[in-house]
Amino acid sequence: MSSAADLTWFARHEIRLAWREWLEMMTGGRRRHKRAVIGLVVFAAILHLPAYAVVGRFANLTLPLDKSALIVLSSTIFLAWALMLSQAVESVTRVFYARADLDLIMSSPVRLTNIFSVRIAAIALQVTGMALLFATPFIDVLVIGGGPRWLAAFGVVIAIGLSAAAVATALTVALFRLIGPRRTRLVAQVLAAIIGAGFVIALQIAAILSYGTLSRFAVLTSDTVASFAPDTSSLLWWPARATLGDGAPLLLLLAFSLVLLGIVVTIFSPRFADTIISISANPAMASRKAKVQTFQRGSRQQALRWKEFVLLRRDPWLLSQSLMQLLYLAPPALMLWRSFSDGSAGLMLITPVIVMAAGQLAGGLAWLTISGEDAADLVATAPLSPSQVIRAKIEVVLLSIALVVAPFVIALAFASMLQAVVTALGVITATISAAAIQLWFRVQAKRSQFRRRQTSSRVATFAEAFCSIGWAATSALALAMPIAAIITGAMTLMVLATTWKISPRRE
Amino acid sequence: MTPVSPALGVRGLTKRFDRPAVDALDLTVRAGEFYALLGPNGAGKTTTLRMVAGLLRPDAGAVSIFGIDALADPIAAKQIMAWVSDEPMIYDKLTPLEYLEFVAGLWGIDPQHSERSAQDLLVSLGLEPHLHERCEGFSKGMRQKVALAGALVHDPSLIILDEPLTGLDALSARHVKGLLQERVRAGSTVIMTTHILEVAERMADRIGVIAKGRLVAEGTLAELRQRNGRGDTSLEDVFIALVDTEAAAA
Repeated sequence: MSSAADLTWFARHEIRLAWREWLEMMTGGRRRHKRAVIGLVVFAAILHLPAYAVVGRFANLTLPLDKSALIVLSSTIFLAWALMLSQAVESVTRVFYARADLDLIMSSPVRLTNIFSVRIAAIALQVTGMALLFATPFIDVLVIGGGPRWLAAFGVVIAIGLSAAAVATALTVALFRLIGPRRTRLVAQVLAAIIGAGFVIALQIAAILSYGTLSRFAVLTSDTVASFAPDTSSLLWWPARATLGDGAPLLLLLAFSLVLLGIVVTIFSPRFADTIISISANPAMASRKAKVQTFQRGSRQQALRWKEFVLLRRDPWLLSQSLMQLLYLAPPALMLWRSFSDGSAGLMLITPVIVMAAGQLAGGLAWLTISGEDAADLVATAPLSPSQVIRAKIEVVLLSIALVVAPFVIALAFASMLQAVVTALGVITATISAAAIQLWFRVQAKRSQFRRRQTSSRVATFAEAFCSIGWAATSALALAMPIAAIITGAMTLMVLATTWKISPRRE
Repeated sequence: MTPVSPALGVRGLTKRFDRPAVDALDLTVRAGEFYALLGPNGAGKTTTLRMVAGLLRPDAGAVSIFGIDALADPIAAKQIMAWVSDEPMIYDKLTPLEYLEFVAGLWGIDPQHSERSAQDLLVSLGLEPHLHERCEGFSKGMRQKVALAGALVHDPSLIILDEPLTGLDALSARHVKGLLQERVRAGSTVIMTTHILEVAERMADRIGVIAKGRLVAEGTLAELRQRNGRGDTSLEDVFIALVDTEAAAA
């Protein structure tokens, strides 16, 4: 086969794989593709409503923009780029470590450089495609409200998607060279999560330190930032100008990102093969020794709890994926610390953040303990009733959450005992709700499938999110407006009851 | 004199998926016996054993383990039974010893006894150099041996194994076979499915052949040969003749 034929054939193969992977993600592995597509179209249509609420009022923005508007728009574009970079880093890592076809490819008589060039390009396409999908409702709203010049925003999304894929490839290969195959997977995936959330969190921290609020817009629209920002003619504002329909910056941005991706493909695709060979040659953790200790006495449930805690502790990747949600607790923690000195009313905002983080974390941990059982047959054939097994596993979730949240609640108690009690109750309720939803929708899976836990049931995913938000809101309102808290609490209970009602029946 | 309960008694066991997987199956395995369950792919062997182990709920029928009704009192039945599947299910982040400690804890075995027993089992399966290494780097054969050790650490009276020799090298397979024979000599009952007919021929006291969810033949090797009408044929010939007859009858 000629090089060109190689490329075309492999590109077709990659596109087919990407399509099926995407379809599986959307349908949760079920064969109801038509329903999934209809559901997706309906979801995209509904997404136009929140999109209108968020960006509708900016549709009439026209060039030239003042510095403050340029800063907000550029920051939004940078945030989107950071999120795409995060997704691309994750995709590149998966190509290195998790693709089942690597042995086949590496042993085939095809030029590996060609193969990996296509694979990098496929990652770029996937990242850009996904970004376009999510950006479309927002851009639609802007086009309808402000005219076709906003169509240029699609070009900006493509440009930042391609550049994010290029940077992610370079970053991951560089990381591999610097820290070796053993740590790259973990570090790259932690990095991916931090990149995604880091920008927002950094802005919130800056806002707290400077203005005592959690709002990032306080920083972006401040005079201080404006005074440090470059002049409106600077290159830095090109993405913002391109979004508003300025043709020249848009073309240059697209050209720059294509060239960047081309350079990365040329430089890094020959190194991909070396990198993968190094990974295969390092069955990294084959000889990791554990501390020797004698068998412990305890009940059967204790044995289960011990196992769950050891597995959580020993899997830094899984742990990092779960605990990443705690990153969002950093700003409120900082605010809590600051509020001790000045008794700020902003302290109230901490409660919903803690409750929501606890709910989300509990959902992840509950999936790991309840659904992510690697030796399901062993546990099912053990002389314990299913309810004993479930109880032990839920206890692990509750204890883990208590361990994480307790310091915040104790710190809150020094500032306001009532708020600490309300926060603790909110955390317990959110944790129990998340664990219950995971229990009702449990599907046996390997722990390594954690990343895809959301795809097994869309209902469970949304219910978990709605309940976390609902209990967070209820806790906040319980402090500020108790009557309203009764309403939101009842609504959240209704969501929970409906979720239970539509959950699959079990024997 | 009270009659000794069979190790396994199955009556009218039925399970349907898209089609009947197990069809009103009757099966009795005597205590202290090494019983091999043979059958072509999709015959219903694994489904039968998963129902016996409590991993699947039958649509109809009864299962008793040493006289205990396994459907009415699954916990008592599980206490004296072990299950090993062809796909070893162990925890990557635990060492073999820790895995066995966990299993012993689940079965409520005295830690002093189980620790000694775990060490002995792992050593006899050739895993001594890896006792304190996490299982994540183990080959399939090593993982299968850890899973088998886990099944034996609580001294079960009935050991059910679904294709336990899959993926094992010759030496490992010999270790496993030796260990199972030792258990039968010590009074345990072993029920094993296998596609390696030579293993069934050499190890089993009795052999059952299952096809389309029904037991189509059962007996010692000599009895099966006799049934086939030729005393000098191999189990392979007997098996193929039985399965062919069933297919023709269908």
